[in-house]
Amino acid sequence: MPFRSLLLVWRILLAVLIFVAGVWAQRGGLVEEFLYYLPDIQYQLVQHIWLVVMSGGLAIVVAIPLGVLLSRPSMARVAETLMQVLNIGTTIPTLAILALSMSFLGIGTLPAVFGLFVATLLPITRNTYVGLKGVSPALMEAAAGIGMSPTQRLLRVEFPNALYVIFAGVRTAMALNVGTVPLAFLIGAGGLGALIFTGIVLYDPMMMLAGAITTSLLAVVVDTLIAIVAFLVVPRGVNPSRA
Amino acid sequence: MIQLDSLTKVFDTPKGAVVAADHIDMEVPAGEICILIGPSGCGKTTTLKMINRIVRPSSGKVFIDGKDTTDMNTQDLRRSIGYVIQQIGLFPNMTIEENITVVPRLLGWDAPRFKKRAREMMDMIAMDAEVFLKRYPSELSGGQQQRIGVARALAADPPVMLMDEPFGAIDPINRAVIQDEFLKMQQELNKTILFVSHDIDEAIKMGNRIAVFREGKLVQYSSPDDLLAAPENAFVESFLGEDRALKRLNLVKVRDVVSNEIGTVRPDETLETALARIDDFGYQNSILMVNDRHQPVGMITRSVARTTKGYCRDHFQAAPPLASLDDDLRKVASLMFAHDTTWLPCVDEQGRVSGQITQRAMTRHLGSRYRSRSEERIHAGREE
Repeated sequence: MPFRSLLLVWRILLAVLIFVAGVWAQRGGLVEEFLYYLPDIQYQLVQHIWLVVMSGGLAIVVAIPLGVLLSRPSMARVAETLMQVLNIGTTIPTLAILALSMSFLGIGTLPAVFGLFVATLLPITRNTYVGLKGVSPALMEAAAGIGMSPTQRLLRVEFPNALYVIFAGVRTAMALNVGTVPLAFLIGAGGLGALIFTGIVLYDPMMMLAGAITTSLLAVVVDTLIAIVAFLVVPRGVNPSRA
Repeated sequence: MIQLDSLTKVFDTPKGAVVAADHIDMEVPAGEICILIGPSGCGKTTTLKMINRIVRPSSGKVFIDGKDTTDMNTQDLRRSIGYVIQQIGLFPNMTIEENITVVPRLLGWDAPRFKKRAREMMDMIAMDAEVFLKRYPSELSGGQQQRIGVARALAADPPVMLMDEPFGAIDPINRAVIQDEFLKMQQELNKTILFVSHDIDEAIKMGNRIAVFREGKLVQYSSPDDLLAAPENAFVESFLGEDRALKRLNLVKVRDVVSNEIGTVRPDETLETALARIDDFGYQNSILMVNDRHQPVGMITRSVARTTKGYCRDHFQAAPPLASLDDDLRKVASLMFAHDTTWLPCVDEQGRVSGQITQRAMTRHLGSRYRSRSEERIHAGREE
């Protein structure tokens, strides 16, 4: 009970704080400035979301099967080496990846989607691989011993039990993706980066904030959406958030 | 029935070939439990796992009910064999119901049939279907989980079961309970079971037959009583432990040792008669007093009978502890030690006295077949 009442106090405090911040923003003219940029925000947000959906969606579609493939026993020898390569790949800054992809594919949406796709691919592949490899050998022996085929083992035992870890990878990767999309503006793909970088160049903090705050909100929304999907999709018996 | 014909497994390791199982020949008759036992690395688990091909045999054959399994499809073979492992291996992503029905579903049973089967299995393992079927394995205790593990293995009613140290990870009290439950189930189900254990007491309790392994070879294959009475060599003898004669107490029933000859007195007889009968039968201290239905009601001691006059009904002491015909000798010995006595009256199901069991008879029964390999060796050495 003391914990609950403490939580309530915190919630009230938070609500008051948000209200005060809102009043402050209103009186300082922040809201007005924001409304001034609203048409830009709307236009660029749609571009931004498209970039996230295309690159992120493509990454999920490619990374999960890739992780599954690498986790197969027949791939054991290649897998560890390949995972090391992928780990090294993760350390390359995303800006560098975008620059590299621009030098091959030119400017525009295509190189941006490709660069973002590569950056997003790695965490998902790694978590899929680690999650599947982490399924207890006893479970695998039980599954084999009662007569499941390798495909049945993957779909009915391995995948459901690794799903929570896989979703954690997707969340990390998508948060990274949303936060990286502004850089795509630099290679001519648009998105909220337009407001942010123009704001920086023109030394216009309001313009910059209009892009930055919207990007942050989008990141929070995407993360929450994936969390909700994970909550619903991961079986209750192996879902820590539903224990 | 399971037959192993020259079953061999050679593992290629960096240090060279290791023979994990060396031409194992054995036969487990239908409806019996055969325990595979031995020190770690002796090949017992490898042998077990070659039967459902978790380990691929290097050579040799496995016959189930006379049918060579070599050419059978691996998945089909495994679905026809119940499999229980020490780590239990329930699928945490599935409910208890889904876990139990996993093999029936693989076999393509329709929903009403496998749902009904899940309830039957819960009844069989004495767990409440309403309470547990919708739960997940993580919500159950270790003992409950392994009961479900057994139920899962039995769900498709396979004629054969393989159990790899199934009760090894369960605490001793729960283990004894589960062992008893399992034996009771087996009396009805009559499965042919191969069971790996490293616990000789478990082997003696559970097994109709025991196969002792050492370094990939089958050293001895016999009934628990034969094994304990006459180990094949010094290794088996040392494996069984120095108290192997005591372990046999578990295996012998009162029925096998009871002597039907027992002197009794009735309440309406005199103490004089009692004393005479004590002497007639050669009893040292006392004689049992029974009622009209031949049920024990008390005891007349020699000292009372000698010094007092009167009827038995006025001078008896409390009846001694009783042994029933289906008790094992371990319980009888325990009662004797606890009550400082050398004999117990035995009663049948209706509580009527049917004989007596004495320490002398017990030691004679156990000693008559006891053979010591190490002593024989010493004698042989002397003769040379």
